[in-house]
Amino acid sequence: MGRAVAIMGTGQTHHGKRFDVSYPELVREAVQRAFEDSGLSPEDVDAVVTGTMPSMMEGIALNHLYLADAIQVVGKPLLKTETCGSTGMSVAHTAFYWVAAGLADVVLAVGFEKMYEGDSQATMTTVADPWIQRSFVAGAPGIFAMQSNMWIDRHHIPAERLREAAAVISLRNHDDAFDNPYAHIKARISLEEIKDSRIVTYPIRRWDVCPNSDGACAVLFMSEHKAKQMANPPAWIKGVGYRGDESYLGDSDKVRWNTAIDAAKEAYHQAGIVNPRRELDVAEVYNPFTFMELLLYECFGFCDFGEACDLALQGTFSRGGDLPCDPSGGVLCTNPIGATGLIRVAEAAMQVTGKAGAHQVDGAQLALAHAMGGVSQFNGIMIVGSQQ
Amino acid sequence: MTKEYRTLHTTVNLPYELAFGATLTRFFDGLSAEKILGTRCPKCSRVLVPARSFCPRCFIDLDDWVEVGQTGTVETWSLVSYEYIGMAKTPPYITGLIRLDGADVSFTHLIGGIDMSSIDQVQSRLAIGTRVKAVWATEKPGSIFDIEYFVPI
Ligand SMILES: [Zn+2]
Repeated sequence: MGRAVAIMGTGQTHHGKRFDVSYPELVREAVQRAFEDSGLSPEDVDAVVTGTMPSMMEGIALNHLYLADAIQVVGKPLLKTETCGSTGMSVAHTAFYWVAAGLADVVLAVGFEKMYEGDSQATMTTVADPWIQRSFVAGAPGIFAMQSNMWIDRHHIPAERLREAAAVISLRNHDDAFDNPYAHIKARISLEEIKDSRIVTYPIRRWDVCPNSDGACAVLFMSEHKAKQMANPPAWIKGVGYRGDESYLGDSDKVRWNTAIDAAKEAYHQAGIVNPRRELDVAEVYNPFTFMELLLYECFGFCDFGEACDLALQGTFSRGGDLPCDPSGGVLCTNPIGATGLIRVAEAAMQVTGKAGAHQVDGAQLALAHAMGGVSQFNGIMIVGSQQ
Repeated sequence: MTKEYRTLHTTVNLPYELAFGATLTRFFDGLSAEKILGTRCPKCSRVLVPARSFCPRCFIDLDDWVEVGQTGTVETWSLVSYEYIGMAKTPPYITGLIRLDGADVSFTHLIGGIDMSSIDQVQSRLAIGTRVKAVWATEKPGSIFDIEYFVPI
C-alpha cells in the first residue's frame, strides 16, 4: 500500500440548486471549508486532483482549467480523473496514490458538478458508445433498472417484498438526510407514498431515484509524518480497491458483479477485514437507486446473495442496526455526480473522526466508502479508520 | 422570497463524423442484409455480438465471423417512462438485453410490438427468459435501427 496516508480535512458545499453561485464560487465554497476543517492553507498543498462527469454537463470543456483559480492551484501540478459516477472515488484514489508513492505530502482532492445547468441524462447518455448502446441505455435510470430487474429475477424476490424493502431503504435515506446539514433533498414522505409513487423506469419509482444536485466536495490527503504534526484526529486510509468491466453492458454478469465484489475484496484484504458486517461500523454505499443499494450489499459481503431485502426489512442497515449504511442520506438525497464519490469518502472520514454531527454513528472507528460508475462498469472502495 | 439570479442560456452544437472501422462496417453491412454478425474468440471460444475486432478479455485479434440467430432470450429489460433531450425514441419504450441464439454475450436493443400502456400489460407479455425475434425495418441504411425491435414470440 506504499506510505501511510491520512485524510486531514473535508469540506462540502450546501448541495442543491445553487444559482446563487457561479461554478468557480461553488468549488471555492468546498475548498475553503476543507482548509478551515484541516487548519491548513493553500501554500501547504503540494498537488491537486480534480474530477467531474462529462464536462459537457455544464458545457465547459476541461472545466478543471476554468476552476483552477477556485481550487487555488497556482504553482501546483493539477490532474483530472473521470470515471462517470465513480469519479469522486477515482479522485480520492489518485490523491491517495500520489501521497502513498512518496511524491507529495499534501494533496487536495476536489470533485464538483453543477447538474442544474445542463441536461444530466442527455449528457450521461453520451458516455455510452455511439453505435449501439447510446440509443438504448436511457440515461442512468435505464441502465440501473435493467441491472435491478436482473437481480430481482435471479433471486426470485417476490414483487411485494421487493417494493417494501426498496421503500424502507428510501425512507431511511430521506429521514437521515434531515440530520445532514449539507444534504439536498429534505422530504418528509411516508412508506405508502414511496411505494405508490410513479414509475420512472420499471422497477424504479420516483422515490427510488436520486436528485440532480449542484455541489462540490474537497478532501485533503496527507502523509504520515505531516499528519502526526497536526492537532486534529486523522482518518487513516486502511484499504483501497478498484475494478472495471468491459464497456458493453451485456458482456458481463451484473448480479454477481465482479467489479464490485473484487474491489471490496481487495480493500478488505488490505484493511485486514474478514467479516465486513461485523467489523465495519458504518458504510457510505453509492446508492443513486434503492435497488442498487440492496444489490451492492450482497456484492460487498454485507450479507449473502439473495439476503439483502430480508436484512433491510429487519433494520440491519439502519442506524442502530449491525451495519448502518448512508447515515448522511446517501446519494439518494444528494447527487452532484463528480463530487458524489468523494462525498462518500468525506462522510466516512467524518464518521471515524467523530465529526459527523447529528448523523454521527456512535463510536465509529472503521468505515467503508464506495462509488460506482461508467455504463455500470466501475466500482471503487476506500476504507478509512481511526487507528493507523 | 429568494433572490432571482441571472443565468446565461447557451448551446454547444458540434457536428461529428465518426469512423466505424472495418469490423463495425461489416457488422452494419450485415444488418442492412438482415444478418446479425458476431466474431468468435479462438482463446475463450465466446461468440461476441456486436462483432469485435479483438476480445475484450483475452485481448487478441478476432477474424472468425459467424452469423448468430435472429431469435434470442431476454436477459433483462426496463420500461422507460421518462424523457430527456436527444432520446432515440419517444417514451414509453422497452429497452433490453437479449442473448441471441449462438452468442455468448447479450445485445442491447428495444423490445416492442406489445402493449406498453401499463406495466401490467407489459408484464403479461414480457419477462426475463421470454423468447424474442428480430423485426426488421423497411429501410435498412446500416444503423442499429435496421432492426426495428425484438418482439416476444
Ligand atoms: Zn476471448
